[in-house]
Amino acid sequence: MEDTTVEEAEVSSAVEFAPALIAAHPHGNSVAVAIGLELRVFDLRSGCPVSLSDDSGGRSHSGSIRAICFSVSGALFASTGDDKLVKVWKTDSWRCIRTISSEKRVSAVAFSNNDLYITYADKFGVIWLVNLEEDGSGHVSVDIKPVSILGHYCSIITSMKFSPDGRFIATADRDFKIRVTLFPKNPLKGAHEIQSFCLGHTDFVSCIAFTSISENQSFLVSGGGDSTVRLWDYINGCLLDTFEVRDKMGELLEPNDQDDSSQAIADICPSNDGSLIAVAIQGFSGVMLLACDLAGKKLSFRKVITMEKSYIPTSLASSFSSELLWTVMGASNMPSQASSQLLTRLRIIRCFQNDTVSSSDNDPATLEDSEVPHGEKLLMALQGSLDIAKQEEVLASVLSALKVSMHKMLVKKHYSEERREQRKRGRNDKKIKS
Amino acid sequence: MTSTNGAGGGGGRQHQASAAGKLPRKRFYRARAHSNPLSDSHFPVPVSPDEFDLSQHYPRYFPGDKAGDGEEAALPPRIRFADVGCGFGGLLVGLSPLFPDTLMIGMELRDKVTEYVKERILALRASNPGQYDNISVVRTNSMKYIPNYFRKAQLTKMFFLFPDPHFKEKNHRRRVISMQLLDEYAYVMEVGGIIYTITDVEELGDWMRSCLEKHPLFEALPEEEIKADPVVKLLSTATEESQKVARNGGQTFHAIFRRISLQEE
Repeated sequence: MEDTTVEEAEVSSAVEFAPALIAAHPHGNSVAVAIGLELRVFDLRSGCPVSLSDDSGGRSHSGSIRAICFSVSGALFASTGDDKLVKVWKTDSWRCIRTISSEKRVSAVAFSNNDLYITYADKFGVIWLVNLEEDGSGHVSVDIKPVSILGHYCSIITSMKFSPDGRFIATADRDFKIRVTLFPKNPLKGAHEIQSFCLGHTDFVSCIAFTSISENQSFLVSGGGDSTVRLWDYINGCLLDTFEVRDKMGELLEPNDQDDSSQAIADICPSNDGSLIAVAIQGFSGVMLLACDLAGKKLSFRKVITMEKSYIPTSLASSFSSELLWTVMGASNMPSQASSQLLTRLRIIRCFQNDTVSSSDNDPATLEDSEVPHGEKLLMALQGSLDIAKQEEVLASVLSALKVSMHKMLVKKHYSEERREQRKRGRNDKKIKS
Repeated sequence: MTSTNGAGGGGGRQHQASAAGKLPRKRFYRARAHSNPLSDSHFPVPVSPDEFDLSQHYPRYFPGDKAGDGEEAALPPRIRFADVGCGFGGLLVGLSPLFPDTLMIGMELRDKVTEYVKERILALRASNPGQYDNISVVRTNSMKYIPNYFRKAQLTKMFFLFPDPHFKEKNHRRRVISMQLLDEYAYVMEVGGIIYTITDVEELGDWMRSCLEKHPLFEALPEEEIKADPVVKLLSTATEESQKVARNGGQTFHAIFRRISLQEE
């Protein structure tokens, strides 16, 4: 009995932490950071923080934001999470145009490539779709109900992306699976035809991304709790290559630096030309860059960019138009931290593109805070504080919280044989009989 | 399934007996009639169909340890029939002589029941040499792991006989036939393949039929084809559940549908 209560306490506290998220406008117009229930947006063209306005008539976020994304065109932005609200924002004015209520907490969100539909995944593994088309009067009809288009059977969806040609929707889950489904012309009737399953991960899949060499040929990249990055031919569900991050880290790091043995992949982000993949690794202060040879269907090690020891990125983003890789670290609802302080730390890597002529000038490297576009203004807006880098203990506490949070949510609990037997004995249905 | 609940599992002591051709005795393998399909699984699941080792299941079809890889260019045989929730395996045993060259697998979530079917098949093989080599059983949660066992368009028949009815509305998501899960079944079935469902619970029968009717990748099999299909008779006679229903004079409701390719309007 005693350790059941301990376990439940662990679970409930772990759910509280939400890692910070970052998303970059595809054309580089703006960048958004979500931390806890706060959404911070910075307009990169005017160099000003954006103030969000909401006339959708819905509530504002009251729980941790778990997923954000821009649409491919950049016209729309979505934020969603534990408060079961999916908010759709127009990025020209940063007005919220729609607030959709989900029945369950939401773990992933995406726009179809033509901006007509938004899809979101709930905690039961069901993907819902809402038609975003406006009627003639310019107002969206409020009573359009979300329809469920597909589902992973009772598994948490960790990532959802549309293929570059818009023909497929890919969904990754906690049960090691990536499902690629045909996205029909009329998706309101559901997406029932599965193109492939990409199976090979031996732990949860944490992130997926499409990457392409030409308009009509694209590939899928995925990262997972098994500390691998994998390259897929998603049309046929074939695994093309597997990069063992843990092995590489073992070569690179001193053994005593590897305190976190899991080294799960936290996020991946391909560069514009598809030749590089940035990998954020749990427990590693920096980013690993993999060269992705799409013609040869190979992943290989390019370099690691190390950052200060207490900085472990939780989320990565880049846009089509610039060669910047945005990384962010932070966690909400820290017990030690006052509620008004939601500190995040932002680092930017320049020259996020593959250059065969590797001179020191155009090699990917971290920008100093003074070199960041719009400097202190941007950092103030997105980090919430300028001197966070100096607040070692804050970062350290964020770090330890992050270690527990993502893992607890996704990793399956393993109970010993005795524990399982013991639990069975305590089962209610049997108690009544005896 | 009769009443005695939870009595000890005699799997081990039965093993030698079945190797000698003695059928296992059911009373050593009693299990609860229900199992929670939502709980996290603790049994091994192949990462992908490539890692599902068939040679353990069908030794006669996979002789030797990958010997003669190069010469025998013929593709290794694949499983074509899946009995999802096979229970005590009555259907497999009935189907085996009807389709002696077709590999079939039963999938069952309850470990003791799976153990029983394993022993039953071993005993049948021992006492009928050359027969029952094409059937086997695996313990798994087919609602979660179907794509880990079968490739796209691999199966020609799928069976869902007397599944757990899960009466309460809040438990409907535990039903083995649903719009969501039919997507996955359609994926592992070849176009033209047939899905058989039967139950003695009218409400569940209606549910399964309406799911299949609504699903764009399935169409109802015409009545005359159902009559001509030798497998259909087995649905209501071969399994332990069906025999119990027959004993009690109960009614059964079937829904038999064909996998079709998608017509996009």
